[in-house]
Amino acid sequence: MVNLGFSIGNLHFKNPVLTASGTCGFGPELDDFIDISSLGGLVVKGTTMEPREGNPYPRMAETPSGMLNAVGLQNKGIDNFEKNIYPVISKYDTNIIVNVNGSNIEDYVALSARLDRLDKIAAIELNISCPNVKKGGMIFGTNLDSAREVTRAVRAAYSKILIVKLSPNVTNIVDFARVVEEEGADSVSLINTLLGMSIDIAGMKPSLSTITGGLSGPAIKPVALRMVWQVARAVKIPVMGMGGIMTWSDAVEFFLAGAAAVQVGTATFIDPQAPVKILEGLENYLSQKGFSDIKDIVGYINRRK
Amino acid sequence: MAKRIDDFKIVDNKRLTEDLFILELEGNDSISEFKPGQFVQVRVDESPGTFLRRPISIHDVDYKRNTFKLLIQTAGQGTIKLSELSAGDSLNLIYPLGNSFSDPGQGERILLVGGGVGIAPLLFMGKHLLSIGYRPDWLLGFRSRERTIDLEDYRQIGNVFLTTEDGSAGEKGYVTNHSVLEEKRYDRVYCCGPDPMMKAVASYCSRKGINCEVSLENLMACGIGICLCCIVTTVKGNICTCTDGPVFNITELKW
Repeated sequence: MVNLGFSIGNLHFKNPVLTASGTCGFGPELDDFIDISSLGGLVVKGTTMEPREGNPYPRMAETPSGMLNAVGLQNKGIDNFEKNIYPVISKYDTNIIVNVNGSNIEDYVALSARLDRLDKIAAIELNISCPNVKKGGMIFGTNLDSAREVTRAVRAAYSKILIVKLSPNVTNIVDFARVVEEEGADSVSLINTLLGMSIDIAGMKPSLSTITGGLSGPAIKPVALRMVWQVARAVKIPVMGMGGIMTWSDAVEFFLAGAAAVQVGTATFIDPQAPVKILEGLENYLSQKGFSDIKDIVGYINRRK
Repeated sequence: MAKRIDDFKIVDNKRLTEDLFILELEGNDSISEFKPGQFVQVRVDESPGTFLRRPISIHDVDYKRNTFKLLIQTAGQGTIKLSELSAGDSLNLIYPLGNSFSDPGQGERILLVGGGVGIAPLLFMGKHLLSIGYRPDWLLGFRSRERTIDLEDYRQIGNVFLTTEDGSAGEKGYVTNHSVLEEKRYDRVYCCGPDPMMKAVASYCSRKGINCEVSLENLMACGIGICLCCIVTTVKGNICTCTDGPVFNITELKW
């Protein structure tokens, strides 16, 4: 038997494989394919106080070993979430985490306070790294003072586990991880998408309605892995790694680099069973290597031999 | 109907024109029931430039043989790779996906309008209509005679009216220019083709007060409603083509 469990603060996760926000809907969309309750957690679609229609079509472009998206946080708002979605997903026997977004600090705080009251929401993931909205999002995650300010304000309003999702679109992501740790974040998750672009040469125009979008998929994995390694060495709080994880072996790399958990994102678009397959493969890897606990490999490459 | 991920065996790959081909697939397990208008998400293996699955409409189904057909146009690396598959090869699909065309009202006169590869979901719908007692007409548009497929299967279902852009077969021009639209009256139109064609057909149907459903071909990543990339703007806001569509009544669309 391999122990796959880990904790962030007082919150226990049965295993370290979670779905990534924006790539699993609210969970029920995957019910035909996997048992969500078998995963360590479900990070649901980015939510805002007010409903949002997101960006105009086209919002997606396939790229070499990846894709660009410019969805722009389309969602029906917290009222709809609380009334129509929360009762449905409360049935899952796993940690449910809501990805929290806002245009300003007041929005982030108000939404976090609302979610603090929902018993089955175990944690929030503060999204200060969405590259596809004009206001808020990445603006908070690419300025150290703003990142500090929003984390501090949300920390004061939210009593449970606070995860801050970091943007890779910065000079030094470690500075951001340190700042949010100082302000009381319980964990950091990284990376969100890398800002990118694609041009349709037949139409001689940008492929996306927003011109730029967020790059995800295997194309960004080496960048994500490097950043997870850097951050894990610099902070004491657990790091959730993500960015281009398609297979269990990709996930193992993130653990070896220092991630305490991983989130599976774009892979689910191509194989809705990817999160579960990655979990199974991870367990096999640990067994075959003779480890009895996932913690035995977290940050393994950093240890003195 | 629960969505499934399964491997299928290719039993035939038939070239129809320079850029259209039909893959016939056989289920290893008994295939789920398809509804006309639904699609599958095809994983394209061993094609380095192809990252995402490709959404392809169901063209025809044969439950007795446990097979179905996909009519595909070669457009990029992914579909070129699919065109190179042969009998015995395996293909991984997520299916069945999307909604379906709705059945017509009693005694309605029906026209199925297809452009190019957009005819793909309409043959399945035509066969369904025939099975429930309708004799729909066809109005089909292609670029030229060379790019027109053999229409015998379509003639078995109803009259075929044809246009080509260069006039090398049928009437010259686009489907919306065809004389049959002046000469005959229809109560209901089912349409699939390039966006400009569907918009022109929708505009014609709106003017004439004809009930019209279109099957959209928006760019998709997941096909199962989790990425929110394939949205279409409707009277209900932005909704997913993959789960709320691909078939929409034109009264729902903000075109």
